[in-house]
Amino acid sequence: MFRAIIVRLMQSIPVLLLVAVLSFILMHLLPGDPAVVIAGADATPAAVERIRRELGLDQPIWEQLLSWFLGLAQGKFGSSLVLNQTVLSAVAERLPVTLSLAALSLTITLPIGITLGILAAYFRSSWIDAGVMMIALIGVSVPSFWIAILSVILFSVTLGWVPSSGYAPLLTAGPGPWFASLIQPAMVLSLFQIGFLARMTRSAMLDVLDQDFIRTARAKGVSEWRTVGKHGFRNALVAVVTVSGIILSLLIGGSVVVEQVFALPGIGRLVVQGIMARDYPLIQGTMLLFGFAFVLINVAVDIIYTLVDPRVRYD
Amino acid sequence: MAEKPLLSVENLTVQFRGDAGWVKAVEGVDFAVGAGECLGIVGESGSGKSVSALSILKLHNQSNTRYASGAIRYGDRDLLTLPQRRLRQVRGGEIAMIFQDPMSSLNPVLTIADQIMEPLRQHQGLSVQAARRKAIELLEMVRISDASRRIDDYPHRLSGGMRQRVMIAIAVACRPKLLIADEPTTALDVTIQSQILELLRELQREIGMSVILITHDLGVVAQFAQRVVVMYAGRVVETASVPALFERPMHPYTEGLIRAVPNLDEDVHRLTTIPGNIPDPSMSIAGCRFSPRCREAVKSCLSEPPALVDAGAGHFARCPPRIAAGGIS
Repeated sequence: MFRAIIVRLMQSIPVLLLVAVLSFILMHLLPGDPAVVIAGADATPAAVERIRRELGLDQPIWEQLLSWFLGLAQGKFGSSLVLNQTVLSAVAERLPVTLSLAALSLTITLPIGITLGILAAYFRSSWIDAGVMMIALIGVSVPSFWIAILSVILFSVTLGWVPSSGYAPLLTAGPGPWFASLIQPAMVLSLFQIGFLARMTRSAMLDVLDQDFIRTARAKGVSEWRTVGKHGFRNALVAVVTVSGIILSLLIGGSVVVEQVFALPGIGRLVVQGIMARDYPLIQGTMLLFGFAFVLINVAVDIIYTLVDPRVRYD
Repeated sequence: MAEKPLLSVENLTVQFRGDAGWVKAVEGVDFAVGAGECLGIVGESGSGKSVSALSILKLHNQSNTRYASGAIRYGDRDLLTLPQRRLRQVRGGEIAMIFQDPMSSLNPVLTIADQIMEPLRQHQGLSVQAARRKAIELLEMVRISDASRRIDDYPHRLSGGMRQRVMIAIAVACRPKLLIADEPTTALDVTIQSQILELLRELQREIGMSVILITHDLGVVAQFAQRVVVMYAGRVVETASVPALFERPMHPYTEGLIRAVPNLDEDVHRLTTIPGNIPDPSMSIAGCRFSPRCREAVKSCLSEPPALVDAGAGHFARCPPRIAAGGIS
């Protein structure tokens, strides 16, 4: 088992290298020039050229790639071109916001999404099923910025229950303000995820509930509640874990739109800022970190598989 | 069967929802099983034997099944109208069931222990420790070696025959009065088949339970059952004691079935068959449902649905011309 985890992590190294090279190439393919951004609109061509030289952007592209890789090999992600900060410290500063939001959103999503999915499957083709699928459809198809704006109008402006924007750190501001600053964006994010998770749980449960062992459970006199919850859901859990992993990956990447609407200083906003300013090291660094986070989440999901399904083994 | 039977199915009609409305899977089915008796139900695929058996404990998918008529009398209760809670006490406690495919009938993510202990805890209210001890005893009873270790295995580590033994252990856990075995050996090797049947026979004697054995194998019925119900296209066509049925089959279909069993003492080049196929349940046939395949069909067979007629000595057949002629043609 331990060996298998190590092997999986080793296997992810080529993937991460590919992510690094691709994010580097894509960024340099985009039109725009960080030197122009830094120098400002009124700068002379000579000043722009000087900045470009200082940043090493006058070097051939493969040399830039090589020197970035050499830095990575030493554990250096480089410094942001515009933030006056290293990439690592910029990410470290914003990560707690995104992680807080992700944790809260997942806490809302999992119980609701799973319950709705199970109910829809159990009462298939009834009004309950139709209702859940309607909620799911709305959740996945209505754009989150629109939900976010409506939510702000209702809960912040009209009712005044929670602040409309900004982030209160857990350690300095305390749990109350922290929670108040995140609950609204977390719920907006969850609406999409609940829809996604409910649909996937429903289809996994529909498969399971048709299986022979469900009939066996009923023939034993097991209650419907236990038949569905224990015999059924335990078997649908592999699919639920997979989807939860995907949701978590999406959340770690930061929700660009929701962080923007609620002015949360998280990873999503950092990436947008970086792209706007053509901040090459920042974008490359964050992309690589995301890649690493995805790999870790996938390994974690694979490990959880062995816990929920005894037939899965890695040895 | 002079005294009251343990369980009797009366005029059972079951319908499934299909694309074109409700389809009758079985119609007007009657049979009864006495205490300690073994009743065989035979018929080919689609004859309605499994549908009838699953109806006893109402194990069909509720959303697309309708019990259009009939009653399932068990004691003074009708299982078809019993409230869900009371029905659950009967399921697994008084009437247990084993199924055709032991590979898919056990829950893959729960241990054997968990699955055997469930009915014990549910119906007998045993503590975890007591249920576990009882579960090990049950595994030994169905001849699983090294039971105290096997009990913590998951089903995928067991062979098909072993899984069917586990299913049997689960079924007999609460010493049921009736065991319904729905083609319990169909998915198994021939050698394992006879072991499983032998085991069922022993357990039946030991517990004193009745058995309803559903099979398409007349040989199994001859070995195991005292009485037989022959089903065809969702109806009972003949019911008799085992000796009577094999000596004097009344219905042409039963006769065809018995003829179709190859005789190993002879050098046979071509197996005997009944020409044609079982009709689709959605097809409406005015008269006898077997008439399209029957060599002896007369005019009345094509227009009038035949009744199940008493031919004497508990032998019933749904073939009035044959019975009028005194049995064998």
